[in-house]
Amino acid sequence: MSTELMSETVETEPRTDDAVDEASGDLVVEELLVEEISIDGMCGVY
Amino acid sequence: MGIDVKAPVGRVTKTPALVDQMKAGLDAPICLTWELTYACNLACVHCLSSSGRRDPRELTTEECLGVVDQLRDLQVFYVNIGGGEPMLRRDFEDIVEYATTHQVGVKFSTNGTYLDAAAARRFAAMDYLDIQISIDGATPDVNDAVRGEGSFAAAVTAMENLAEADFGPFKISLVVTRHNVSQLDQYLGLADRYGAQLRVTRLRPAGRGADTWHELHPTQAQQRDLYHWLMDRPHVLTGDSFFHLSAFGEALPGLNLCGAGRVVCLIDPVGDVYACPFVIHDEFRAGSVRDDGGFAEVWKRSELFRSLREPSSPGACASCGSYDACQGGCMAAKFFVGLELDDPDPECVKGHAEPLLTAVVPGAAPVPSPDHTRPGAVQVALGATRRG
Amino acid sequence: MDALTGGALTGAWELHPSVSLRPEPFGALAYHFGNRRLTFLRHPDVVSVVRALADHPTVDAALGACEVDERRWPSFHRALATLAASEMIRPRTSAGDDEPVQEAC
Repeated sequence: MSTELMSETVETEPRTDDAVDEASGDLVVEELLVEEISIDGMCGVY
Repeated sequence: MGIDVKAPVGRVTKTPALVDQMKAGLDAPICLTWELTYACNLACVHCLSSSGRRDPRELTTEECLGVVDQLRDLQVFYVNIGGGEPMLRRDFEDIVEYATTHQVGVKFSTNGTYLDAAAARRFAAMDYLDIQISIDGATPDVNDAVRGEGSFAAAVTAMENLAEADFGPFKISLVVTRHNVSQLDQYLGLADRYGAQLRVTRLRPAGRGADTWHELHPTQAQQRDLYHWLMDRPHVLTGDSFFHLSAFGEALPGLNLCGAGRVVCLIDPVGDVYACPFVIHDEFRAGSVRDDGGFAEVWKRSELFRSLREPSSPGACASCGSYDACQGGCMAAKFFVGLELDDPDPECVKGHAEPLLTAVVPGAAPVPSPDHTRPGAVQVALGATRRG
Repeated sequence: MDALTGGALTGAWELHPSVSLRPEPFGALAYHFGNRRLTFLRHPDVVSVVRALADHPTVDAALGACEVDERRWPSFHRALATLAASEMIRPRTSAGDDEPVQEAC
């Protein structure tokens, strides 16, 4: 399963599980690993 | 501070992957609405569950506790208990107590009639309990016009009892109509006075709401005012129920996501499972907790929920630039006014539903089912305070 | 926007006992019964690390035990700081930290 990795500063292409570029070994993207969601923010959730 | 989707930087930018996860359905609901009974002492004109008479096939106490066990096993985080008037069930507090001591949080919605001082003290002593008082106007005349004479006073008494018992923060919830939208600031004042959080929620043409929706739903101009009022007050809860208004411009806080069958659902008093509380109709009935496999089986494998978790086509909304923001609006609103599910929302802020609505044959719209309205129940007259 | 106001989390940590952690295909949902906050853990590795915190003396020890590539650690530090800020994880004060438990993740 690919994870969509997003951050404010870098690209947002779908990545594999590793955020590391296979070729260069560099960290390619920062991962947004946790995200808080407002309980009030989904219709049907009271 | 956490990374918060509501933060200014991210307010317009959604996180597509996360929303897509939600749309594809979760392994269990985050929370769900559980209507405990169709019995109610009131007869609100827009009642989404057409409540009044108890249904003789209601889940027994034992069945209810069994449902709580199932929810615990699935790790449903909490339930929103409502009805009808849930406090009319004799075992109401037993069920609430059982849930909150078995890893299922409870929030219940009540008209407050039975929330006397003693009950308030008992609730104040309980953990993981949230209370929401339903009240549809900031003044008795506006409120009672839809909820019945004396209902405003009963609700306020309940609020006073909760405050007196030091219950802590509770919520008051308003269904926005053409006649109360002008009172929003007063309503906020009412909430502040009792230390309550304000929640405003959208009227859908569900239940008895189907009969009065055309007269009660806000006008386009009022929708615009409401949108701006909400944008200026991010602390007012909406339950994300106004995401169709996001087409006005910057998206309202929240995921702007219909959670029906994906993140939430409804369990009704006889154990039937529906996609959400606003679509109590065979078309949206996924199964029953009384079926083999119980609730978990319905959530995970019912045909209806599987289809709701498939990507849906924008249909008529495909050519509209606002679809990303409004997602085509509310399924329940469309269904009960006789539109197709891929038509625009009947309250589409761009007016795209107007021509379609006029084409709906009178009487052709689906009838909410079943109707539990008490025969001879006082039907509150809207005419008394109708303005324009 | 950065969740870190200082350095990385130090010392021993654990999942807050009021948190219900529920697996999902993408990772997990975490709901805090006390403050009623809801957080998505968006990768299975985060879930593993959060569960492993209780068995290791430091965050980095847990990351190591879970075999998280070190180049991803900054993202994990940010994630854990976010979780700490919302009280989803809390500092662990129980005894028994003098002998680091070199458990697998």
